[in-house]
Amino acid sequence: MSRFTSFGNDLYTGARSFDFVGKRRIWYSVAAVLVIIAVGLTALRGGFVFGIEFRGGSEFRVSQVAEASADTAATTDTATAAVGEVVAGSNPRVSVVGGDSVRVQTEQLTPEETAEVSASLAEAFAVDGDQISTSFIGATWGGDITRQAIIALMVFLLLASLVMALYFRTWKMALAAMVALVHDLVITAGVYGVLGFEITPAAVIGFLTILGYSLYDTVVVFDKVRENTGEDGVESRRSFAGSVNLAVNQTLVRSINTSIVAILPVASILIIGAALLGAGTLFDIALALFVGTIVGTYSSIFLAAPLYVHLRENEPEVQKQGGRAKRSAPESGAVR
Amino acid sequence: MARSTPERRALRSLVWLLVIIVALIGGNAASVLWNEGAWTPKLALDLEGGTQLTLTPQLASGQGVSQEQLDQAVEIIRQRVDAAGVSESEINTQGGENIVVSIPGTPDESTLQRIRSSAKLEFRAVLAADLASSSTIGEDGAEGADPSASPSAAEPTSEPSAAPSPSAAPTDASDPNWITPELQTRFDEFDCASLDAAGANVAPEEEPLVTCEVDSSLKYILGPVEVTGARITNATSGLIQGSTGVSTNEWGVFLEFDGEGTAAFREVTERLVALQGVRNQFAIVLDGRVIAAPRTISAITNGQPQISGSYTQESAKTLADQLKFGALPIGFELQSQDQISATLGVSQLQSGIIAGLVGLVLVVLYSLLQYRALGGVTVASLIIAGVVTYLLITYLSNQQGFRLSLAGVAGLIIAVGVIADSFIVYFERIRDELRDGRSVDGAVEAGWKRAFRTILISDVINVLGAVVLFVLAVGNVRGFAFTLGLTTVVDLVVVALFTHPMMQLLGRTGFFAGGHPLSGLDPKALGAVYRGRAQFRPAAELSAAKRASSGREAQRRQTIAERRAAQQNGEGKDAR
Repeated sequence: MSRFTSFGNDLYTGARSFDFVGKRRIWYSVAAVLVIIAVGLTALRGGFVFGIEFRGGSEFRVSQVAEASADTAATTDTATAAVGEVVAGSNPRVSVVGGDSVRVQTEQLTPEETAEVSASLAEAFAVDGDQISTSFIGATWGGDITRQAIIALMVFLLLASLVMALYFRTWKMALAAMVALVHDLVITAGVYGVLGFEITPAAVIGFLTILGYSLYDTVVVFDKVRENTGEDGVESRRSFAGSVNLAVNQTLVRSINTSIVAILPVASILIIGAALLGAGTLFDIALALFVGTIVGTYSSIFLAAPLYVHLRENEPEVQKQGGRAKRSAPESGAVR
Repeated sequence: MARSTPERRALRSLVWLLVIIVALIGGNAASVLWNEGAWTPKLALDLEGGTQLTLTPQLASGQGVSQEQLDQAVEIIRQRVDAAGVSESEINTQGGENIVVSIPGTPDESTLQRIRSSAKLEFRAVLAADLASSSTIGEDGAEGADPSASPSAAEPTSEPSAAPSPSAAPTDASDPNWITPELQTRFDEFDCASLDAAGANVAPEEEPLVTCEVDSSLKYILGPVEVTGARITNATSGLIQGSTGVSTNEWGVFLEFDGEGTAAFREVTERLVALQGVRNQFAIVLDGRVIAAPRTISAITNGQPQISGSYTQESAKTLADQLKFGALPIGFELQSQDQISATLGVSQLQSGIIAGLVGLVLVVLYSLLQYRALGGVTVASLIIAGVVTYLLITYLSNQQGFRLSLAGVAGLIIAVGVIADSFIVYFERIRDELRDGRSVDGAVEAGWKRAFRTILISDVINVLGAVVLFVLAVGNVRGFAFTLGLTTVVDLVVVALFTHPMMQLLGRTGFFAGGHPLSGLDPKALGAVYRGRAQFRPAAELSAAKRASSGREAQRRQTIAERRAAQQNGEGKDAR
């Protein structure tokens, strides 16, 4: 069988071990640097770019366009090109309304820009200027959706922490998991902030997906930690940190396999989607998911587990544990 | 031939899975046959387009509408639309006065009604009632409508207390002194048909109101508002229970008031119960029309009145939803209704699906590479999960109006990872047990116990998230929560009812139990080394470097070990 299997065997027995817990200062620093980059560069760029779904914008309605509904894709391209002539880099939302009129929604434009876009659209669709009406539109993702979503998230995170604290019988695991979660979300959101992608409702859904995935992955790793450390008593030859580290190593093959399986479809959307469609909603979501899945897996191993050891190692019981290790087993104990 | 317990349990699980799948297919077939359902899920606004409704506020001339009112109206309309299903509609304001509602599909009249009607609910005492026919002007049946009860007044409606009155200014909301001669005249001349033209018939809350029954059969003079819909904390619909506790065939709406509303309602009913004639009745006024004017038989002290009338199941639910989410600050009329094309278009969906399929093929290849024959179990499980998810989504799309958006599709693709993870966790645990020296079927059982715990707790947290988000959030977030909850439940069902039983059954075949090199459960490759009866030594005692250097030596030893392990396995089977 493959080398990967014997790699898994060695990780399981402890013959080969990555020191995730011991070198935690390095991982903390990496996480801190990434978070600082995500927050800092986003701030330098002037914060997130929110889509018109969040901010509202301008709407143009071109009426009596005969071929509008015959070829929606062509109509969309025409309208996008017309808007793009005036406002470079604009990503308007184009729909055909009622069969013969075209609705073009853009970000909020100045009155001059509005007039120019109107003229440009009139030219592109070969209609009179008075067949184009303009108006301001409000956000479809209103404050009420954001407010309710934040309330729901808070309630969920509180309940999830509570369930984890009860299940694992320590609030410290819940805390470590939440820190890892925040880390994942900041970095995923940072991808949007740093690269200047527009935050659309689809992107927000992407963030929520990552939130679920990140928590899921951490719980799987922690369950192995619970299993290993639960077996240790004060007499254990393995130190607490050693136990946790072994658990993380033992789930490493799982973590690698799972993240590869999760990332393969996302990566293919990212690559194929980008090649076929260029940037768009699908590309945006796939990118968030791609980064989020990797970071979510990474943080469970490199952040959540070491942090958990960090939180617990000053407990008297935990300190006693592994005391015998120094006397009886000078080398890392590998036998269960 | 007697079958062993795990084998019987495995078969039973598989039968259950089959039952679930058949039930889902049956449910879908039923909706296709009788409810205009479809075998494919419906698509959301971004992928399929839908209908755009432009609503204009009904305003008296000179009256304006504030941004605050519009925002509030958008919020309430969104809740009403959400209550009708998980359709991910888009609602926004336009030009500072209109509200644009984009919903997938074509709305029917009841959906339009649900969206645009203000749903302003008021409870008022009845002061006078009459047949609505404008030709019959008289006092018959209009007790308390005697003009002599109140003398001529200068400011009839706006300031009742200022009305010079020999008897008295009205002391409570049932006082006939509210009826000034002007009001009486308006009442006498009132034509119910004018209500339709006027749109929402709104009188200030502290003044009497002249209005008609919904079906225009009766007209009323009503006292000032006693309790408003704002005091409602919850509204549900259901079948009304008769006095014997048996439910009747009549649909109704059940209201629950908050503390203030309960107190006010008790006060009103206590007062009315002592009065005679029409003044014993209180009117339930919805959007300026009397939907019911029941007699007060006893004081209602628990703050939980019910509204009955000629409701159907659907109209009762619509009204309950409207009352629950509160009244719109203004009424709206439908200005235009247009078909609207998809904002993202089918090309996005198509390339998304193509990319997803390519990704799945890669997942299959990777699983086979990693887990050999076990990868086949992963693939089969994923296929089952896919079938169940597809059937569920289609079923819920037919039943609950669920619609698949592009973000939903992306969520489903990520779910592949989470679902496959359950199998990976399970397989890795089986391998761990094998490394500890268990036989294959023992490892399957022991590994399952540990793996299921892990799968369960992580899935429970995901389901928790889905439920909380679904209940508390609005708009697109609810659609996400729906997808998340759905896939997580599917994950649990498939891993418990398919993957594990398959492993139990496969663990008994010679191919897997013997640890064939291609089975993915080869104890030799997993490093378990036979040392003696029921005793295994982890291979780790040989350092990795040493093992690499003496590969051939290890190979030879392991071959013997494997043979003995197989022997041991055979003994185990005989003993059973």
